[in-house]
Amino acid sequence: MLLNGAQILVESLVEQGVETVFGYPGGSVLDIYDQLYKNSHRINHVISAHEQGAAHAADGYARVSGRTGVVIATSGPGATNLVTGIANAYLDSVPMVAITGNVASHLLGKDSFQEVDIVGITQPIVKHSYLVKDVKKLSQTIKEAFIIASTGRKGPVLIDIPKSVQKDVCEYISKPVTVKQHNVAFDNDFDAALQAIKQSKKPYIYCGGGVIAAEAEAEVLELSKKLSAPIGLSMMGLTAIPADYELNLGMCGMHGKYASSVAQSEADLVIAVGVRFSDRATGNVDKYSEKCTIIHIDVDAAEIGKNIRKKIGLCGDVKEILNFILPSISSFKNEEWLARIEENKKADKTENDGSFTPRNIISTVQSFCDNDTVIATDVGQHQMWTVQYYQFKKSRTLLTSGGLGTMGYGLGASIGGCIANNKKTTVLFTSDGSFGMNLNELATAVSQKLPIFVIILNNGVLGMVRQWQNAFYEERYSQTTLNRQTDFPMLAKAFGGNGYSATTLEELSDILRNSNNLCAPCIIDCKIDMDEKVLPMIPPGGCINDIILE
Amino acid sequence: MDNKFIVGLIVSNHFGVLNRVAGLYSKRNYNIDSLAVGETENPEYSRMTIVSTGDKYMEEQVVRQLQKLHDVKLVVVLDEQNSVSVEHMLIKLKANGDRTEISELINTYGGKVMDFSNEYITSEITASSEKIDEFIEKAKLFGILEVCRSGSISMVHGTENMLSINNL
Repeated sequence: MLLNGAQILVESLVEQGVETVFGYPGGSVLDIYDQLYKNSHRINHVISAHEQGAAHAADGYARVSGRTGVVIATSGPGATNLVTGIANAYLDSVPMVAITGNVASHLLGKDSFQEVDIVGITQPIVKHSYLVKDVKKLSQTIKEAFIIASTGRKGPVLIDIPKSVQKDVCEYISKPVTVKQHNVAFDNDFDAALQAIKQSKKPYIYCGGGVIAAEAEAEVLELSKKLSAPIGLSMMGLTAIPADYELNLGMCGMHGKYASSVAQSEADLVIAVGVRFSDRATGNVDKYSEKCTIIHIDVDAAEIGKNIRKKIGLCGDVKEILNFILPSISSFKNEEWLARIEENKKADKTENDGSFTPRNIISTVQSFCDNDTVIATDVGQHQMWTVQYYQFKKSRTLLTSGGLGTMGYGLGASIGGCIANNKKTTVLFTSDGSFGMNLNELATAVSQKLPIFVIILNNGVLGMVRQWQNAFYEERYSQTTLNRQTDFPMLAKAFGGNGYSATTLEELSDILRNSNNLCAPCIIDCKIDMDEKVLPMIPPGGCINDIILE
Repeated sequence: MDNKFIVGLIVSNHFGVLNRVAGLYSKRNYNIDSLAVGETENPEYSRMTIVSTGDKYMEEQVVRQLQKLHDVKLVVVLDEQNSVSVEHMLIKLKANGDRTEISELINTYGGKVMDFSNEYITSEITASSEKIDEFIEKAKLFGILEVCRSGSISMVHGTENMLSINNL
């Protein structure tokens, strides 16, 4: 069958099982969009307000569905607008295929109109990338891209397709493609790991996003039950274990739960599963590993020994490794250890006194949510409050920017997540600062009729930076007091959505209660105090002894 | 403890691969002392020899990060025990008087004269990088006009070569 490049792209996407793509048309992708027009019954295209929003939507879609997200942008500015979204997916190991058009082959390298070297620009932030120069290689390239994005440690792959290649015609035959998996020489010392587990009196499990990526949630839970080991979670791993599981101590690290950080510091064994020991999660790495043996299980050999050097490393698919070692582990229970953990958990408990604080706002919103409601956040204080206080019960229900910490991630991500979750009600917790970055995507949520509650924890300042200025810069609030006069409810209405303000928990509940059968985004502006802090906090590079509780 | 270490690579032979490999070093804040690259007997693949300075931790990270690149097919750390290494140099020296001493120096290092006039001699030297450093030091006496070094290239001992494209 003779097809042009654009047709081959669409056929290949359909073959990959892609149902929804996010993107924005332009001069260098006209041929692709012409084919998307003709194939709209096979592939649903969601147009964003800005390519960054489309990239975050593809990211959110991938996180919720577990499948590879796809984003399409034109050459030049369309492509550069993807950069933050691609970097975000790279840092959080999200499977994504980004497709960019480029100028015609004969114009490449001539600084042509809307030409940039997007392969070069994105090189440090992709798992792999392609500039397709020959239409005959396009089909194979797309197949490879999907395999690379979704296997091993997942991540974004970019395919740059010059306009001329989209027009070029060739015989299209779909041949199977194999991508050589690198056999990284890694000596898995299972005996040492099992020995360390056997000897441990105070085991602790540190569970990260790799557990969700490998779908190993049940195995980690089984490990915890077998060893009566408490679990601390990285932010990326937060939804892997239900919040109400008795040994789930919640997030660990800089803004983690007190019980989680203390248990880690007192454990004699840390079994780290699908984590990379980010500086935000460990603080001072020497102190972190001072008293404990560390078993590090991860799919990426380069992560084992990168941040924590003293370790027993087990490299490979996290699920397979856990299933391999679980039968050799005998049940263990240290009542004293469990009692100590139970005692520490008390420090994290506070009562809802009915005041209009971030914590109570989040709890109130949660009372209107199901276990499978997708929760998105932006970045900053509201993000930390959400991951601290929202009780996640189901894997893949949290969309948050971990590694890159992208303010403006949330709205795009919630759009992608909402679509992946069959357009069920979705919640975005954001702030006036973060929301201001990419609020243009409200237009997308309106046109797509998406029931997204946008809860703005509005403190009028850039709260997290302000908190640091307060703690470490003698209250010199440089450029963090915004003095904006944005009327968020009115803004929502201007975009064609719904908008409200709430000043009490009762008002908030009423708005949520009366917003059933929502088929448009709904902003709820919640004014909170500008000096609310995210606590506890272990200062950067610190350890448990440095923890600030009040 | 920082040491020089050599990494041998088999990579896909297409545009942009050199960029990816070099970019990985700079992104991870590793320094490249020298890099030599050329096609193998199979034009689908190229071979690179990269010399860096760092400790064991950096060496392990370099290898593991390189192994993750899709275009990198094989990575082997080469050292004096498992391989031989040489470097090529072209060096242009001032030579407007008596040339006996210069010729002797070149001969001592097994060099060849490639080009000359009344004012200069251009010589080619093939030797270990250390020997080449040594030669340059001695040649300063005569006045160096220009130096061009290739960077080390290395090859593993024996027939069971881990870095052969036959192992792909």
